[in-house]
Amino acid sequence: MSKGIALILGARSAIAMAIAHLFAKNGYDIQLAARNPDSLAADKSDIELRYKVTVTWHDFDALNIASHEQFVEQLPLLPDIAVCAVGYMGDQTENERDMKVTSMVMRSNYEGPASILAVLANSFEARGSGCLVGISSVAGERGRATNYIYGSAKAGFTVFLSGLRNRLSKKNVHVVTVLPGFVATKMIDGMDLPSKLIGQPEEVAVGVLKAVQKKQNVIYVKPIWQLIMVIIRNIPERFFKRMNI
Amino acid sequence: MILSGWGRYPRIDAKLSAPRNEKDLRALVLKGNAIARGNGRAYGDSAVSTQNTLHMKYFNRMLAFDAEHGQLVAQAGVLLADIIDVFLPLGWFPYVTPGTKFVTLGGMIAADVHGKNHHKEGSFAKYVEWIDLLTSDGSIKRCSAIENSDLFKWTLGGMGLTGIVLRAAIRLRPVQSAWIEQRTLVADNIGHAIELFEQSHDVTYSVAWIDCLQKGKSIGRSLIMLGEHADALIVPSKYRKTPLQIPRKRKLRVPLEFPSWSLNSLSVRAFNELYYWNGKRKRDQQLVDWDSYFYPLDSILGWNKIYGRRGFAQFQCVLPLKTADDGLRALLSAIASTRVGSFLAVLKRFGAQDSNFSFPMEGYSLALDFPVNKGSLDLMKRLDSITLEYGGRFYLAKDSRMSRNVFQHSEPRAKDYLSYRNKGAIPAVFGSAQSERLGL
Ligand SMILES: Cc1cc2nc3c(=O)[nH]c(=O)nc-3n(C[C@H](O)[C@H](O)[C@H](O)COP(=O)(O)OP(=O)(O)OC[C@H]3O[C@@H](n4cnc5c(N)ncnc54)[C@H](O)[C@@H]3O)c2cc1C
Ligand SMILES: NC(=O)c1ccc[n+]([C@@H]2O[C@H](COP(=O)([O-])OP(=O)(O)OC[C@H]3O[C@@H](n4cnc5c(N)ncnc54)[C@H](OP(=O)(O)O)[C@@H]3O)[C@@H](O)[C@H]2O)c1
Repeated sequence: MSKGIALILGARSAIAMAIAHLFAKNGYDIQLAARNPDSLAADKSDIELRYKVTVTWHDFDALNIASHEQFVEQLPLLPDIAVCAVGYMGDQTENERDMKVTSMVMRSNYEGPASILAVLANSFEARGSGCLVGISSVAGERGRATNYIYGSAKAGFTVFLSGLRNRLSKKNVHVVTVLPGFVATKMIDGMDLPSKLIGQPEEVAVGVLKAVQKKQNVIYVKPIWQLIMVIIRNIPERFFKRMNI
Repeated sequence: MILSGWGRYPRIDAKLSAPRNEKDLRALVLKGNAIARGNGRAYGDSAVSTQNTLHMKYFNRMLAFDAEHGQLVAQAGVLLADIIDVFLPLGWFPYVTPGTKFVTLGGMIAADVHGKNHHKEGSFAKYVEWIDLLTSDGSIKRCSAIENSDLFKWTLGGMGLTGIVLRAAIRLRPVQSAWIEQRTLVADNIGHAIELFEQSHDVTYSVAWIDCLQKGKSIGRSLIMLGEHADALIVPSKYRKTPLQIPRKRKLRVPLEFPSWSLNSLSVRAFNELYYWNGKRKRDQQLVDWDSYFYPLDSILGWNKIYGRRGFAQFQCVLPLKTADDGLRALLSAIASTRVGSFLAVLKRFGAQDSNFSFPMEGYSLALDFPVNKGSLDLMKRLDSITLEYGGRFYLAKDSRMSRNVFQHSEPRAKDYLSYRNKGAIPAVFGSAQSERLGL
């Protein structure tokens, strides 16, 4: 018996896929949504074989805002849980020079994810149940020279999620904000980062499942990141502006 | 980064990448000197290439299952543990399994692994219906007994040197329960053990643990464990309602690195004595769950650290039937006289060779672990020459130290492989630290 349906937006992301696996393992049917969704054929069969749940796939482009209402209407069933893992970091130096790219980063991390979650929020609100999970980032907690374009979009998304939570808390719809630090996915492949700070996609999934079950509001994935961010947020601007972090 | 196999010896500074899709994998293969790495359970340097080691961990999806024929299609990085997890509850088990479930499908194909049933059911190759192989020019070839059959046969047992297995279709065995009916026989010496093995030919699983410190008349004193998949009806009453499930177990983890003296011959001797007398007492039928029966060591995570910083090596050879009795005696005497005996002295009866480069041949296989040090490396060299003398050969999945000379003497098949390769069938863009050492 299915426990419910989890919709995974941006399903090709390793974080999204780990979440899909864990929810399937816990008895949820899965809707995988991504661009070129037929590339998810192997994932669909894998999840179905491993966990004996039903998996469907759906064409989804976060940047095509106009299509979002129709996207939700055309889902075979309205999901109980929707997780948005869509994101795009780009390359900071390129982001600084090319406004077209900058705009892509801003729209992929804020406008697109906010738009689809807004549509789903309305449907969940009307139904009077459901849980929305947005994967934002610690990068949105403070602007740093090395990735503030991406960070600012994530900051927008984080605030959006917080407002949405505030609005829906009386409507039996829960909203989870996920603020991962570094996670071992293709987004950071090839970067030289301290291994102690890198989490695995599976750890994010465990955190997300728990947050959904226990109605937690904001989660960091490795506890160390919560501490790091407390420190980073509290450094006075006059020092912060001269730091290289 | 520093890479090694399960034995943590040798440690090699090597380049490791973990591509996430076929396109990236192909681009890396075309750079040359590539070797696939599964779950790193081969003991030595077979899944290490200093220039281009390709981890297959992201190719781990199960693709299709045909419940009528028990055929599973899966990507090569899928773990055997996951296959069992998913399919045993449905009444399916692998036909052939090595002594650990933490191996990948690709690793089992490349080493053409054997289990305790080789004498009766052959090696893993027998249950592989086809593979998709990413070859040196970047093309993907479907290989089976009828399509690209030479490439198929050189890949099963070919230790990753023919290309990268992307996907495979394998057959699983229908089983009624998750339990094994085990009988233990006691053999007073090696001759007796062989006699008991020969009498047990029809039994599906057989393996002997040898107390390798015995000498003289009792050389090869051992316990022989025979096993059959149990019918659902004889499953312990407590579990009979769900015969395909077993109770959950605790996992132990070896904390840090043990000092290597903790495995001196005294403790080994105590272990062996205990084992022997224990077996003598409970020689009757016993029901054992699949996990404890096939994978006793898997419940101790990271047991390879037990041998300390310098790591360990396994010696595994097979001797032809004709010379097995004398050959085993010679090997065991050499081991007993040097007293660097190991925890694990395992004897198996093999049937005929299945694929072109499969390790097994009709005869007996002996396997032992050694902590790496001067004494044991010298002993292993002696064991090499004894094996050569008796016409045996060595298991590449366990090897980490053999010399090129010993290998070439033991393997007339290497020439056939090289001439096949040199015909252009597989240009040498694949290679491991092991293949370089052995001249393959
Ligand atoms: C505790 C223990 C018990 C064992 N018992 C047995 C036993 O009973 N019988 C037995 O036969 N073996 C046994 N082994 C050995 C083990 O089964 C083999 O070494 C197996 O190949 C390991 O699989 P892996 O996925 O870890 O591969 P790795 O160790 O990573 O690689 C082994 C070889 O396979 C190749 N390979 C891996 N993936 C691919 C791929 N996708 N395409 C092409 N080549 C590939 C590598 O290049 C390498 O040559 C045992 C090992 C351990 C640690
Ligand atoms: N990895 C980290 O260190 C880290 C840290 C903090 C937060 N995060 C966040 O975690 C989430 C998952 O990221 P990841 O690390 O798994 O990296 P990822 O693989 O790059 O995942 C991002 C996913 O978003 C999808 N996407 C981008 N634009 C899209 C669009 N317009 N429409 C539909 N899908 C789109 C991408 O799809 P395609 O496959 O089609 O490109 C990709 O699958 C992201 O929101 C990321 O910002 C990651």
